[in-house]
Amino acid sequence: MSQPSFPGSAEAASAASADSPNDLTVEDDTRTVDIPRHRSGGRGPVAPMGGGGALPTRRRFGPESVFRWLTTGSGVVVLVIIVAIAVFLIAKAVPAIRADKANFLTHFQWFPDDEVPKFGIASLAIGTIYSSAIALVISVPVALGIALCLSHYAHKRLASGLGYLIDLLAAVPSIVFGLWGRDYLYLPVEQFSGWLHKYFGWIPLFGSDGPYGKSILLGALVLAIMVLPIVTSLSREVFRQTPPMNEEAALALGATKWEVVRLAVLPYSRPGLIAAVMLGLGRALGETIALALVLGGGFGVGIDIIHDGGNTIAANIANGFGEATDIGRGALIASGLVLFAITLVVNVIARAIVYRRREFLGSAV
Amino acid sequence: MKLQRHGILAGLALTATFALAACGSDNNTASSPSTPTGGSSASASTISCATGTLNAQGSTAQQNAINQWVKDYQTQCSGANIVYQGTGSGAGQQAFISGTADFAGSDSALTAADQPKANNRCKTGPAIHLPMAVGPIAVVYNVQGVSNLQLKPATLAKIFSGKITTWNDAAIKADNPGATLPSTKILTLHRSDSSGTSDNFTNYLSTVDPTDWTFGHDKTWKGPGGDAEKGSDGIAAQLGKTDGAIGYVEWSYAQADSLNTAKIGNAAGQFQDLTAASAGVTIASAQTTGTGDDMQMKIDYNTTAQGAYPIVLVTYEIVCEQGNSSTALPLLKGFLGYTSSSAAQQSVTQLGYAPLPETVRTKVAATVAKLS
Repeated sequence: MSQPSFPGSAEAASAASADSPNDLTVEDDTRTVDIPRHRSGGRGPVAPMGGGGALPTRRRFGPESVFRWLTTGSGVVVLVIIVAIAVFLIAKAVPAIRADKANFLTHFQWFPDDEVPKFGIASLAIGTIYSSAIALVISVPVALGIALCLSHYAHKRLASGLGYLIDLLAAVPSIVFGLWGRDYLYLPVEQFSGWLHKYFGWIPLFGSDGPYGKSILLGALVLAIMVLPIVTSLSREVFRQTPPMNEEAALALGATKWEVVRLAVLPYSRPGLIAAVMLGLGRALGETIALALVLGGGFGVGIDIIHDGGNTIAANIANGFGEATDIGRGALIASGLVLFAITLVVNVIARAIVYRRREFLGSAV
Repeated sequence: MKLQRHGILAGLALTATFALAACGSDNNTASSPSTPTGGSSASASTISCATGTLNAQGSTAQQNAINQWVKDYQTQCSGANIVYQGTGSGAGQQAFISGTADFAGSDSALTAADQPKANNRCKTGPAIHLPMAVGPIAVVYNVQGVSNLQLKPATLAKIFSGKITTWNDAAIKADNPGATLPSTKILTLHRSDSSGTSDNFTNYLSTVDPTDWTFGHDKTWKGPGGDAEKGSDGIAAQLGKTDGAIGYVEWSYAQADSLNTAKIGNAAGQFQDLTAASAGVTIASAQTTGTGDDMQMKIDYNTTAQGAYPIVLVTYEIVCEQGNSSTALPLLKGFLGYTSSSAAQQSVTQLGYAPLPETVRTKVAATVAKLS
């Protein structure tokens, strides 16, 4: 009885059962639905059937309303948390910014614990965005390659195994990435930087003549590895959402596998990919302890990525908070506020892009 | 129906998890060592036991010493539960002022702005500084073929300010007659996190050679160039990997990793090796600048005492002279009374600390006995 009976199949079944009347009966199409009668307290006249009167009436403390309040409450909690964070950041940051004897937005150095506190967010904000951007440049092509391989090229069983490994990478704590980068990735990066400078030194990116190693390049590499699993597993899911009919249509028109990917999969997945990359960017922007371990510090800003140095907002907070005075703590919280704003802007941009391309949306996002 | 069953299962699993978690935290809070075992480095006679819980936090520079002392004390005294969190001097001072810490460990004295706040927290008595752990700062280096490096203060300042860039510079040669020095580039290592060690080291440089070191002193490194590392362990790890590197770490890190430690020229004209005794000579010549029982110390980096190793750091415990909470007071006096005993001071020398000079130690012990 649980099987829905299509008219056609019912006919076929009845036709088949015409010879043997003892067969399963499928032809009763008037199913009686047992609508629970609720004790509505006898308010008003009994509504006639048909106008929705047979539906259960609302109870004050039924599971319906409890669940409704629970879900609404959960929604409100998110808002409360965000507002509370914003209020906390602003309340702590304002006194410190008032005490700042330099321009908070344009000053490059960060010495809030001096007799004359002078600090500015400029070099930290630039370092944060710069290292994250390079990390994305490194990781996104690789991540998309892995995702496409897993969703369209690799054998099913291999793909699920590999996918599991990639997800495992996301479970590695960031301090482990930081220590690993500091202790093992450092030497290869140092030598690679020297090589880059020797042969590509004319490009401003590789213009520095040392010391190398604890550079934006090392930080971006560690970040790239940390971002990789997020972007990979999201875009793999997005690629899988491509309607088979689109792919089959392309195949029917004589497209090769690569052309199927290019003509059917990639255009359909674009908004989902953007969302995946933006999530990765969010992780990169907020990464703290790994960068505090691998970046060379200081407040210099340059286009060069192989020279020692580099600092980000989050790493600076991790490095400075323990020993900070009152103003120092406020200053670090103010920098947290800036990071909050940057991530907000990134998210808004991502939303806008996804929204503009909503014609492709479907279930991809 | 199937869904419901899953729900019930999930609910059961959740309950089980919470129950387990609750068990876990229970065990943690109840884990005060209560089995007194012999063989401790401290003799029982120097410990006056008290029970209760003592919460403290602050400087990481004294954390190893405090941990050792806590272990010794709790081994002798069942029922004493002492928690010291190495959150950093600034955070420790803040916790003390807000009343969440019974005492704070700090590498630097309270600022003029914070001292009144700390006094208010103590209600009836001022907050005072008690010097407790002396941590010499070692200048460590890794230069292939060089093992007995000697550096005058001016040379050291020139290296860290980037005025000397190679190991075979004339100034380093002059300090090390007879040594063969390579032409390796010098890589200076400094702390990326803000720290009392950086503050004391730069204070030393700016005191002994203000013409070469023009960056003052600060917990945040302000010198040019070099590599920043997070924590003393970061500097030690990087130093081991890099030929031509020089850095500064707390003595314990130099000992633990068997790093080459430079002899530093003192104002008496000697190149002095870093030992507990030579650091003690410098501390003995330090002046106490606080008033009354407040024992802030001013280290004379230019001390002309014979055999002094000049770069040392004094870490304090900041406590209330009066107005301590009656529940914490007995244990506070018991524990700090032990840490200021000569047995306790001696027991941390192998951890990279130098004992307080006897005159200072007896005064600290007397002050601890008076706390109320």
